[in-house]
Amino acid sequence: MGKLVVVGISDQQIVSPTDTLITYALGSCVGICLYDYAQKIAGLSHIMLPEANSGLNKKETYKFANTAIEELVNTMERHSCKRYRLTAKIAGGANMFATSGKSIGERNVEMVKQELQRLRIRILAEDTGANYGRTVEFDPEDGSMVVKSVGKGHKVL
Amino acid sequence: MHNYTNLNELQLSVLSEIGNIGAGNAATALSDILADRVDMTVPELKIIDTNEMVNILGGPEKEAVGILVNMTGEVEGMLLFILNKEFIKSLINVLLEENIESFEDITEMDLSAIKEIGNILSGSYISAISTMTNLDMGISTPQIAIDMVGSILSYPAAQFGIMGDKLMFIEENFLSGNDEIKSHLLIMPKLESLNRILESLEVC
Repeated sequence: MGKLVVVGISDQQIVSPTDTLITYALGSCVGICLYDYAQKIAGLSHIMLPEANSGLNKKETYKFANTAIEELVNTMERHSCKRYRLTAKIAGGANMFATSGKSIGERNVEMVKQELQRLRIRILAEDTGANYGRTVEFDPEDGSMVVKSVGKGHKVL
Repeated sequence: MHNYTNLNELQLSVLSEIGNIGAGNAATALSDILADRVDMTVPELKIIDTNEMVNILGGPEKEAVGILVNMTGEVEGMLLFILNKEFIKSLINVLLEENIESFEDITEMDLSAIKEIGNILSGSYISAISTMTNLDMGISTPQIAIDMVGSILSYPAAQFGIMGDKLMFIEENFLSGNDEIKSHLLIMPKLESLNRILESLEVC
């Protein structure tokens, strides 16, 4: 059994078997799991906001959907992944409090999808929106994403 | 302009005093609800990043009740109470003379009781701020989230994430009988409002 590699808020990591990726308690944040099935390499990015203004330091690159996903793709390519083989599974983007107008969660999901489209990465599965938190585990062995929520058990996607 | 990372000692101690008075008001209000004496420990004001706050609250997957209230008027921003589920359960049971066991089968009535607790607690702090600063303030209807601490905190983290990673909160313990209730209140005026508060208190 390998390590459980924790991805924090505004953070990203990549692993190969037998390690597994986990990010805890996504609320309005979105977890983006990228997978290269041939290399069995998995990457997970935990973004907090849709887009950055300008003048970011390294740590902030990971905070925003419009900079983090491309950064994760670049890192995976440096580890001999091929962009055309990458597929995505995404989770999160909830609206934790019933606020009016378009929530940050919704805007995050929109920007994540826009970025994945721009980078030509197909989304295989998603569990997004609603009003509850999600913990996400991603396994590089088979590219499965497990989503756990309070009082809702867990789903395998 | 001051932000949450460049406040000096004097400004921090003045902001702590708001916490002190607010907590005093809240303890009195809770005593009334519970018809029992409620004491409190000296509140502590902390400005730390989201990840650290999640750990203080027992880790990302720890379940809690979040009550969100928006401040309106001359001070804009948010108040977010993060309270222990057991504490909320016992308050509901006293308020509604019920005996709820779990949050799985929570009713609309219970939720409005939690909102009422949110109104009472936020009123305690708002009146502390407006009394000290003479600024006109109001509050929105409370919104509730019963979920993992990490998910609840993603809301303020995202709201203030553009400006940095720091959150300001007040930590205090209420003591009722043999029970010790840990309360965490995130208090985040928008930057213009934070500066307006500091100006009104003549510590800008």
